[in-house]
Amino acid sequence: MADHVTDNAPMTRAEKRQARRLRRFENPWLNPKLMWGAGLLIGIVMLGLVGRMLWNLDLVFTGSSQLKLPPVGFENLRKQPGVWGTPLGTDGSGRDMLSLIIIGAPNSLFVGLLASLIGMSTGIFLGFTAGFVGGRTDDVIRVLSDVMITIPPLLILVVFQSSFGDVSLTMMALLIAGFVWQSPTRLIRAQVLSMKQSGYVQMARLSGASTGHIMFREMLPNLVPYLFGSFIANVTTSIVTAVGLEVLGLGPQRIPTLGRTIYEAINAGALIQNLWWWWGIPTLLLGVMFVGLLLINLGLDEVSNPRLRKLS
Amino acid sequence: MSRIPREYLVNRLITLVLTVLIAATLIWIIPRLSPVDPAEIALGRMAAGAGTVENADEILATLRAQMGIDQPLVVQYFKYIKGVLVFDFGLSTAAFPTPVSALIANALPWTIGLMLISLIITFIIGNLLGALMVWEKTPRLWKVAIPAAMVFTSIPPILSGLLLMWIFAAKLQWFPLTGAYGLTVEPGWTWAFVSSVLHHGFLPALSIVVVTFGFWALGMRGLMITVQGEDYTTLAKAKGLKPRYILYKYMIRNAILPQVTAFALKIGLLIAGQVLVERIFAYNGMGKLLYDAILDQDFPVIQGVSYVIILLTALSVFIVDLIYPFIDPRVRHEVA
Repeated sequence: MADHVTDNAPMTRAEKRQARRLRRFENPWLNPKLMWGAGLLIGIVMLGLVGRMLWNLDLVFTGSSQLKLPPVGFENLRKQPGVWGTPLGTDGSGRDMLSLIIIGAPNSLFVGLLASLIGMSTGIFLGFTAGFVGGRTDDVIRVLSDVMITIPPLLILVVFQSSFGDVSLTMMALLIAGFVWQSPTRLIRAQVLSMKQSGYVQMARLSGASTGHIMFREMLPNLVPYLFGSFIANVTTSIVTAVGLEVLGLGPQRIPTLGRTIYEAINAGALIQNLWWWWGIPTLLLGVMFVGLLLINLGLDEVSNPRLRKLS
Repeated sequence: MSRIPREYLVNRLITLVLTVLIAATLIWIIPRLSPVDPAEIALGRMAAGAGTVENADEILATLRAQMGIDQPLVVQYFKYIKGVLVFDFGLSTAAFPTPVSALIANALPWTIGLMLISLIITFIIGNLLGALMVWEKTPRLWKVAIPAAMVFTSIPPILSGLLLMWIFAAKLQWFPLTGAYGLTVEPGWTWAFVSSVLHHGFLPALSIVVVTFGFWALGMRGLMITVQGEDYTTLAKAKGLKPRYILYKYMIRNAILPQVTAFALKIGLLIAGQVLVERIFAYNGMGKLLYDAILDQDFPVIQGVSYVIILLTALSVFIVDLIYPFIDPRVRHEVA
């Protein structure tokens, strides 16, 4: 059935697949995994944007609704049904879950993107510097990134936040950024060193191009797929670190975050009391976020490594 | 198999020492930049316990002297580094007067045990599945199922932990919800204790395995694609060797080696993830110790745990760097 050819069909399924595969080579960026991943992330951003416009966010305050209400269509242990006023239920202190995620989900993404963006910029700067200047500067940058890549960010940040107390979302992103510049630095340094010897860079140099021109016009475009990959990987690491801190009870204390919601749910024994929506909804959203990032990364892999494309 | 060149060894050793030194220094500096005074926290704890505290200023001064924070910073720093080298982090403030090192010594075996077991399982499953993704004789169903399972790769173990905990411990009640062994069994080399440990450790280990095997599988997939195109694979096929034999002896054997270095890069994240898994399962390891210390604002314990975990990470990376060229003779101990 699957491979059956009808008379008016000009191509068999196998041929179509072949054709699609060939077309995929024309614009590698139109990669299905990439699209799906980006779609999931855009969905989370939209949840934040549209939610802010359509939903009453005052419900996020403690005690604004009844405690531990289930989502619509379910019953909690006290046999209370869910109500449309709080469609996704409420947590242990009466906060509306929908408002919590409208505010919390984009926050987590924001921390990840900001931390990774700063880390990336630092990495690009240091990587190019190390690769171009060489000598002592290169040694220092190389050793420093080797050293810092081994230190798990979570633990240093635990020390930081437990001694400083409350931090803002931006501050947390900045702190995490201090631990995600190493891999872009190493990546760019290695690429710059190998590209320096390549024909087109030699050519540009011989024709009198400035260092800036060589860096940004000749080298950087070739690095884009790698940089993107490294960027996305860092977003994931940053979000994981942020959620980790929040689940340990650190991180911003006054703004709703997905991690903090999970922290409160675990502490209140939500698992035993079968309050699955309390921890489950933030978990699900974080899951969507990470899957989205993974798909983008897999897609980027296929963009930059055509050998992988043949397989899928 | 040659001996490790002196230069390479020195280079790696310097990196190791620098890593540990920088981490220890960061752990020391950060709390001192903060306006929070540990002596005041200790005093606050006394006040909370006793209701009122008399001679607060004197007690504060004594506490500061005891903690050594009335001395010049340089002196404090060198004392601290000297202490850290012999794993002396002072006394826990919450479980006073237990030394921090004793608390860590109790928690560490649990963490290392859980880590090694989940790591070995993941490494085997991950690499095998990664290889099957590329191998041309793999059944179709598997080729669809494996990439689908990879979706879990991106999820931190804490989320999978919550999910598994809910399904298997809260709902089905097949496994205990928290702890590393039952409250009714005596620790010791008895069957009751060992089975209780295994029973309690299953879910934490599983939550790490389901989200980390994909990392190895992905890496393996990339490496297998390269190996697939090599001449020796073509030759083996031309010789008419059995496909399964080619898979194990020719392809996986060659592709698996670079995976060991990937381990070195990943271990930091793995350990951090495990700390969080231990926290949600209230598993008796470093994660729970750390979490309890954060709740109690027990700074010596927070510092000690962080330091030991970072040391563990750095040592693992160092060891992998050293043994790697022995596993893969194509790689020499190069001075980077």
